[in-house]
Amino acid sequence: MSEPAVALTAIEKSFGAVRALAGVDLVLKPGECLGLVGHNGAGKSTLMHVLAGTLKADQGRLVIGTQDVSRQYSASNASAFGIRCVFQELSLCPNLTLAENVRIVHRALKGIGWKAKARRLIGEKLDEIFPGHGIDVDQEAGDLNIGQRQMAEIARAFTVTDEPLRVVILDEPTSSLDAVTARQLLTFMRQEVARGTSTILISHLLGDVLDYCDRIAVMKDGKVVAEKDARDFTRHSLVAAMGATTGKAGPGTAARRQISSALAIEATPLTATQTGKLSVRKGEIVGLAGLAGHGQTRMLIQIFDGARRHSAAFIAGDRQADGVFNLWSIGENVTVSALRHLRQGPLIRPEQEQGMARDWKQRIGIRTPDMNNNILTLSGGNQQKALFARALGSKADIVLMDDPMRGVDIGTKLEVYEMIRAEAEAGRSFVWYTTEIDELKHCDRAYIFRNGAIVAELQGHELSEDKVLHASFAESA
Amino acid sequence: MSALTLNRKTLRALLPLASLALVLAATFYAQPRTMSYFGLNLMLQYAVPIALATIAQMFIITVNDLDLSIGPFVGLVGCIGATYLHDTPALGILALLLCIGAYAAMAALIHLRNLPSIVVTLGASFIWLGIAVMILPSPGGKAPDWLKAIMALQVPLIPFPIIAALLIALLVHIGLMTSSYGVIMRGTGGNPRAMARAGWSELRTKMAMYALAGFFGVLSGLSLIGLTTSADAHIADRYTLYAIAGVILGGGEFVGGRVSPFGAVIGALTLTLAGSFLIFMRISPDWQIGAQGAILIIVLALRALISAGEARR
Amino acid sequence: MTALWSKLRGQPWIWSFIAMIAVWLATIAFTGGQGAGEILTAALSFATFTIIIGLGQMMVITTGPGNVDLSIPATITLAGVVATKVMDTDNARLLIGIVAALGASFVVGLFNYGLIRLLRIPPIIATLSSSFLILSTAISYGRGIRIKPPPMLADFATTRILGVPLLAIFVLLLSIGMALLLKRTLYGRTVLAIGQNPRAARLAGLNVDLTRFATYLLSALLAGVTGIVLSGFSGGAALNMGEGFLLASIAVVVIGGTSVAGGRANVPGIWGAALFIYLLDTMLNTFGASAGIRLIMTGVIIITVITIAGGDRQQR
Repeated sequence: MSEPAVALTAIEKSFGAVRALAGVDLVLKPGECLGLVGHNGAGKSTLMHVLAGTLKADQGRLVIGTQDVSRQYSASNASAFGIRCVFQELSLCPNLTLAENVRIVHRALKGIGWKAKARRLIGEKLDEIFPGHGIDVDQEAGDLNIGQRQMAEIARAFTVTDEPLRVVILDEPTSSLDAVTARQLLTFMRQEVARGTSTILISHLLGDVLDYCDRIAVMKDGKVVAEKDARDFTRHSLVAAMGATTGKAGPGTAARRQISSALAIEATPLTATQTGKLSVRKGEIVGLAGLAGHGQTRMLIQIFDGARRHSAAFIAGDRQADGVFNLWSIGENVTVSALRHLRQGPLIRPEQEQGMARDWKQRIGIRTPDMNNNILTLSGGNQQKALFARALGSKADIVLMDDPMRGVDIGTKLEVYEMIRAEAEAGRSFVWYTTEIDELKHCDRAYIFRNGAIVAELQGHELSEDKVLHASFAESA
Repeated sequence: MSALTLNRKTLRALLPLASLALVLAATFYAQPRTMSYFGLNLMLQYAVPIALATIAQMFIITVNDLDLSIGPFVGLVGCIGATYLHDTPALGILALLLCIGAYAAMAALIHLRNLPSIVVTLGASFIWLGIAVMILPSPGGKAPDWLKAIMALQVPLIPFPIIAALLIALLVHIGLMTSSYGVIMRGTGGNPRAMARAGWSELRTKMAMYALAGFFGVLSGLSLIGLTTSADAHIADRYTLYAIAGVILGGGEFVGGRVSPFGAVIGALTLTLAGSFLIFMRISPDWQIGAQGAILIIVLALRALISAGEARR
Repeated sequence: MTALWSKLRGQPWIWSFIAMIAVWLATIAFTGGQGAGEILTAALSFATFTIIIGLGQMMVITTGPGNVDLSIPATITLAGVVATKVMDTDNARLLIGIVAALGASFVVGLFNYGLIRLLRIPPIIATLSSSFLILSTAISYGRGIRIKPPPMLADFATTRILGVPLLAIFVLLLSIGMALLLKRTLYGRTVLAIGQNPRAARLAGLNVDLTRFATYLLSALLAGVTGIVLSGFSGGAALNMGEGFLLASIAVVVIGGTSVAGGRANVPGIWGAALFIYLLDTMLNTFGASAGIRLIMTGVIIITVITIAGGDRQQR
């Protein structure tokens, strides 16, 4: 019985000169939940891609059950071996309905009646994992919001036809889920583990990993550097093993500041009828909270569109869709919003542009040998830093943040919190949508959203998890 | 929420039908005599080859590519049909199979070398035209009698072109929109990376889609010479544009695998009718093509207006 | 040398130049070296028209998938007809003719973008439909009349300095200007950004609408310029003068190394590609190939060049 579900031995993988995996050994037992933590760029996602067959390892052995599959393994037979993966980038086809999206991962779903079967499979699984999800399985995936898409994708990974279900990899599965659905997922994961399925949970929410995993492996620089039972770790020891600056909660609201009374923004959500009004003063940090996808992003875009040109900057949370220019260098990505100020006459001056890029590499600590490298050479967290640099480097007085810390490591977060505070002191206003209640502690005030409307306003000292959750769920009068 | 989405979708699906009705009504108004079995039959004759070419284009658009060579390809098929297929049927069939194979090969080239489809098909259009010119240097040839017989089919009550067009749409709808393999085809247009991750070969899907496009291109060419009874290398040059316009009029989108076979066929019918309408309106020859452009714009403007109104609600 | 080569290899435009030189060498090898210079001079004259419209098409294509201007041939015709008709062979009316022709092109650009923006018609269909209208306008306005261009315009379009057409020098300057516009101005950067990710471009504070508008306008104006000089070059405007330029405009852009998926543009490549296409035709003519063979070869070579040059590996 102690025979492992999956055993990875000495796995190596390089992308050009970058060594993403430097000899990883990892064993997963049947009916076990393994937590996998580490900084951005530590190699977690790469390792999971190797396990899912979407990347081929340069070196090393992969054994599933008793079978050595190192040679014949690929994405097309991974599911035949019972390996499923929910990746960080969502992998539903937006033009297909959920039922049709289920068909894609199940070769057995064909012939007459396949659609009814697919519909039932995903419907039942959604009901089981996320009771009260409110998702219609005949809806096109593109019509769902990001949280619903994530739920659908997770449910899809747990559906079973004729292929076994051995291992499910969950890579930041709760990044777009609100607290309640995240809890539902983790609870379901434990039930599934009790039934003998093995799961790997990758998450930056260390609390979840500590509470819900049996064992935790810590990765750093492409290697597993620590691996113990979850109860032998504490939050502190975990962070220490990852090699981050230990997570002091930051100054939080303790350092109350004087905020000028000058009004920077006033807006009312367009989509809702009974709603509060939002106002932001100069130099204020205002949070937008509530369950994920309840109109916060729409509010930010509305403010952005309503603001005078160049007076507002937007920091994307969905980097690929809203932020990064894939063909450009890091430098070009950083300077794009400030180009107006880097000109002499109509022409952009290359020296000034390079200078600004170098300057921000220093100030925000983008980890790269050269700002002229392509933006995609950066890890996700560092790409996010580049987007911060873009917004802060523009001359905009208002900075709008669309849950930008999704999947960013704690070290980066602390640096950025610091910077936001300093910029606010200097007179910039921040509107900050966040799904992490901890982050609201950095806000002076917060508005709680529900169904597209502002339903509550909380002052800094009132910003506790309790109060926020209460306001998010309260029945409308 | 879901009621609203459904509504929007139904409306999106109904728009092409409404455009068709509008053009049809305008035609009837301009020339009441067309409102008959015989009139419709005559006006819609050429809808069959155009619909088939439109379907061919739709397959390519489903996988996010664009085929700028379908017109000359249909012309080439016509030339083969009016020569080899008539004189030595076995050789003719072989040549047509080779044509379909060439389409699949084009897909392989585009995918393996990651080339832009519009350039490759642009290049291919010269090749099709060149071969066609060599086979049939001047207009002529004879269509096989069985082709002429099929295209001259008389069906009671409903004109043959309408039945044929609906049949084509239905078959493609079943294959592409409801079958489990159709899902794979459309998924490849929607999110190729996810499909690769799920272990489906994008190469194979693309080759299949291009081969299908080639197949429908062959049907289009054969049905065309069934009507004209002879061929010419340039007989279908305009089909490239018709086919693209037809797919779009039918509500298809250029990227993302969102297409509709019924829409495409309806789009083709609309375009065909628009041609007759202009003749009935006795538009000055100078403005003949201009008016065709204007109709296209009006129909699309209408579509934009309706969707804008819907979005506001 | 190898270092230079490996650096050159990375340039997307190098393939079009290699292809051009190869075709030229094949031609003069066939003629035994005869007329090598004349062929180049002729190529420089004829290719300039393709280059001008190629520059406009490049900008449009760079703004992202689905963006292409199919109304270029019709606009060339309209501008040529308007220019020659307004100028009426009179040197004194040269300027007003140019203004009128460019004005007409301006209206075309305005109309195209109006269709795209206000009616949300996909650019391919929008410019295709408008091209029908433009062509009809040109036919109806220029009906059957063939007017010679004023001598000054004809001179400008045909003068050579040491074997190099004056026009080619003019287009070289234009190309340098476009390269600067692309790399060193806010407008050019915005074009490149929109081509990669229009939503991100908007959220980065770039003016997406204005830039796309300017791009379609620019394409129409460059087509207008082509129409004016082409009517000077070929002794007057003709209703079919735009023919062939549609495929050529797209082909030079893509063979020249501009990404059809948007976000990456290349000015030098357009020169290589335009010269290549002209020289290819010359070569086939020299070899005495039949019409069919010439068409097939054109197609085969376009596909071969794009295959060797390869697609954009970085995409997706």
